[in-house]
Amino acid sequence: MTRSLESACHPETLRRVAIDPVTRVEGHGKVTLLLDDDNQVHQARLHIVEFRGFEKFIQGRPYWEVPVMVQRLCGICPVSHHLAAAKAMDQVVGAHRLTPAAEKLRRLMHYGQILQSHALHFFHLSSPDLLFGFDSDVARRNIVGVAAAHPEVARQGVLLRKFGQEVIRVTAGKRVHGTSAVPGGVHKNLSLAERDGLLRDVYQMIAWGREAVALVRSLFEQNLPLYEDFGSFAAHGMGLVRADGALDLYHGGLRARHLDGSTLFDHLDTDRYREVIQEEVKSWSYMKFPFFRELGPEGGWYRVGPLARVTQCDSIPTPFAERERRDFLAFEGGAAARSTLGTHWARMIELLHAAEVIKALLQDDDLLSTDLLVQGARQRTGIGIIEAPRGTLIHHYEVNEDDVVEFCNLIVSTTHNNQAMNESIRVVARQHLDGREITEGLLNHIEVAIRAFDPCLSCATHALGRMPLVLELVDGSGGILDTRMTPGS
Amino acid sequence: MTDTFLLDDQTVPFTPGQTVMQAALAAGHHIPHLCYHPEFHPHGSCKLCTVKVNGRNATGCTVPAQTGLKVENDIEELRTLRQALVQMLFAEGNHFCPSCEISGNCQLQALGYDLGVMSAGFRHFFPRRPVDASHPDILLDFNRCILCELCVRASREVDGKDVFAFSGRGIHKHLIVNAATGRLADTQATAGDKAMHVCPVGAILHKRVGFAVPIGERRYDKTPISAQALAFAPRPAVGEGGEA
Repeated sequence: MTRSLESACHPETLRRVAIDPVTRVEGHGKVTLLLDDDNQVHQARLHIVEFRGFEKFIQGRPYWEVPVMVQRLCGICPVSHHLAAAKAMDQVVGAHRLTPAAEKLRRLMHYGQILQSHALHFFHLSSPDLLFGFDSDVARRNIVGVAAAHPEVARQGVLLRKFGQEVIRVTAGKRVHGTSAVPGGVHKNLSLAERDGLLRDVYQMIAWGREAVALVRSLFEQNLPLYEDFGSFAAHGMGLVRADGALDLYHGGLRARHLDGSTLFDHLDTDRYREVIQEEVKSWSYMKFPFFRELGPEGGWYRVGPLARVTQCDSIPTPFAERERRDFLAFEGGAAARSTLGTHWARMIELLHAAEVIKALLQDDDLLSTDLLVQGARQRTGIGIIEAPRGTLIHHYEVNEDDVVEFCNLIVSTTHNNQAMNESIRVVARQHLDGREITEGLLNHIEVAIRAFDPCLSCATHALGRMPLVLELVDGSGGILDTRMTPGS
Repeated sequence: MTDTFLLDDQTVPFTPGQTVMQAALAAGHHIPHLCYHPEFHPHGSCKLCTVKVNGRNATGCTVPAQTGLKVENDIEELRTLRQALVQMLFAEGNHFCPSCEISGNCQLQALGYDLGVMSAGFRHFFPRRPVDASHPDILLDFNRCILCELCVRASREVDGKDVFAFSGRGIHKHLIVNAATGRLADTQATAGDKAMHVCPVGAILHKRVGFAVPIGERRYDKTPISAQALAFAPRPAVGEGGEA
């Protein structure tokens, strides 16, 4: 554990280096480092500097508006918010079991989202670091550089994402911010033409998904010492699993494993999330810090997302991805499964799994059914939990008898990972920055660790690409000694 | 011999008693409007239908058609004025189209598209207006009311209930309901009332059906509001005179 780097004893005597904003992530955040005269790191923090306020302004709105409104939290994974809210509102309208068509259409939408988001993150945002090196020439450390040096990799990334977006379009009505999930089901089925159009391409997506997994594996094989240790730390983990313990990204029970491998809770009804999770507020970040109640705020923080999911599930219910899961866990005695950069590998296994699930769903005639809606007895509380691309996403609403939302609590995936990301940058700071002169390439090491989590820092902005990297050297009294600005990537 | 007037230099026939708006729509000429409704007496409040009648501004929905009038409608000066009027309506309320359930069926939004409104134009007020969700079937979202008075007129003239009224003056003018509590649930309103079916925006909503129809399949997603206003304009039956 590296929690000691959270707060320096005498910050006034240290100089401050800021990475502001962190680039090639979704949203807006910054990293601050406090260093002494010998460049030893005494404090490292990832700050989330955006304030959104959705939990407040959703109050007073009618419940049926919520699945559409809350997806404006994010331009990258709006489907996840759309579906988590819809699942919560299913409970409110008493739709405890959707029609087969409605559930499958929602699942199709969700796995399309997983596919496109994972492709975007790996190929567009992270592959430049992995293919060129963390401190390689910043001018080509971007998707354009990847397209020039590895055109086939870039092409597959772009087309994988495009396919996922197309799945979303036909199921949700739009590529971004669709509206089809409504309380109690969906308002749209799939046409034959839409289904056949996707079926035509899905086999290629599965093939490319396998290649993507192989690519990450080869990166590990080529750089094992670096990849195994880089920003790595032991953490508890949480994710949804199916009743049989298999991976299920749309619905299931909550499973959490202690960092020692023991089970903290398993198959926990998602309605009971508050019994096991609590949130803590810290003055220096707008993002809350969740932790397992049982373990307390100091030791109870945990990790969600691909690495936690793939390492904690008992199996993946599609054949190619299951094969890759077993290989991943066995690789070098579990070295990849314990490493922060192993998240990329797990993420590509999930991308492959998503493509396989999409294929299986497209072969199901239920998608063409018009039996799309159910309703039952109204209830006040709605809790919808889903595995978004970045991890467990919790939507909780209380709806009064006039159909108006009175309470809203959202714990988004990146929030769960807040402490874990901070831990990771502290590990990197010690591994790679301590005692060395700070350079852009070294600072990018910090960002590489953050990117492994695929954070969506505001879970709202669409920013990626050319964001400037601003470095400020600050003396002990707060005066700026030097500022450097480099073009973003 | 048919009575006529000139609209943008084109001859428009009319029958006695028709307004410029009614005659123009019946003849296939669109004059933008929001508070005008063919089933109700004209109100002339939204000012979107402002035209130049013999060189002077007037609301087309209230000016009686007369022989010899020279009316200007499709001119840049009026287009700019109408864009500003639409921008002001957006600025006064809270019209968040991306999450509004009436998006695609909203006349204000459709007119904005039709008039080419591409920017906010004015600083938005962002007023605080809680919804009235007290009625079991109807929700009032005052954030979107544009004060067209159609619901007031419908409730008074058709339903005979006087459920709605306006209160306040000037910028403080706002829609109220006729109950001591101020709650719609405490009025005689029912979902079948005419007043519950005339709102051109998303101020009067039928509960729990908001997103039943997909975006893209809604009324103004398919055909611009100007074309629909022309297609559905009342016209005198062949061989008949009198008001349509």
